[in-house]
Amino acid sequence: MAVSKMPVTSSDHVQGDAHAPITLVEYGDYECPYCAAAHPHVKLVQNRYGRQLRFVFRHFPLTEIHPNAQSAAESAEFAGVHGRFWEMHDLLFENHERLGIEFLFAAVRSLGLSETEFRDALAKGTYTSKIRDDFLGGVRHGVNGTPAFFINGRRHDGAFDFPHLAAAIDSQL
Amino acid sequence: MSQVLSPGTPAPDFTLHVTPDQCLSLAEFRGKPVILAFYPADWSPVCGDQMVLYNQIRPEFLKHGAEVLGVSVDGAWCHQAFAKARNLHFPLLADFEPKGAVSKSYGAYREGDGVSERALFVIDKDGVIFWSYRSPLAVNPGADGILDALERLPS
Repeated sequence: MAVSKMPVTSSDHVQGDAHAPITLVEYGDYECPYCAAAHPHVKLVQNRYGRQLRFVFRHFPLTEIHPNAQSAAESAEFAGVHGRFWEMHDLLFENHERLGIEFLFAAVRSLGLSETEFRDALAKGTYTSKIRDDFLGGVRHGVNGTPAFFINGRRHDGAFDFPHLAAAIDSQL
Repeated sequence: MSQVLSPGTPAPDFTLHVTPDQCLSLAEFRGKPVILAFYPADWSPVCGDQMVLYNQIRPEFLKHGAEVLGVSVDGAWCHQAFAKARNLHFPLLADFEPKGAVSKSYGAYREGDGVSERALFVIDKDGVIFWSYRSPLAVNPGADGILDALERLPS
């Protein structure tokens, strides 16, 4: 699999240093149980590699099979505009089985953000183009399902648990 | 190890069941590009398996005027249940009887395992293979190769 360029931009959600030797990009769907299962393993990876790792999350909602994935992704973008992306991101994965609209509003409320503003953003589709850009960019880069991990631009075709992600990262260090 | 048919080869025509009582022929698609996605089996235990992925990306294929068809050796009833469960909007073809005959004609059949290879073909509007790719069975090849090929198709 050729390494594809996937430049990290200012519209990306990034944890970690731009100069880190390893960039781990995940394309995920908040309603996907496999993404939810991978979520704690990603945190283990982040703890393990510290400043050696930059983590980027992009949206890849499989809306045809996950009816709440799109609105969940939009709630994360909404939270992000208010500087709370990662907290919403964690909340969504921890509750991937109940991402109906009532939960999303409760999550927005719990972060001290405006439910009205969120409701309007959903109605206007304020964040749909960002999510679509993530999705189409992912397709072109070779995303083949969710979660899809890329380590320094190369798709990780192994398992999504900590040992396998760490082994793949080690081979790039 | 089978070799999938290469670009420039006319795509072998076929007629396969798409539902228990309807058949579909490749020749019906002459005049528009077709993506043939051979895959081992329905019901693999991941959300984003290949057919789910192509279902989600299908609007992008349609922008190129291309239809996507899935082919495995599963029977039509199995396909019907799988397509319903995954909300698929494109045909799944049953390469069921004779088992794997169409897959074999494309060089995309695994004799020992009795399933189709994970093989992709982009066929141009004149019925000639424009691009083909065989992925390792354990690796979902995604859609980037397909989209690249569709973009390079002469219009």
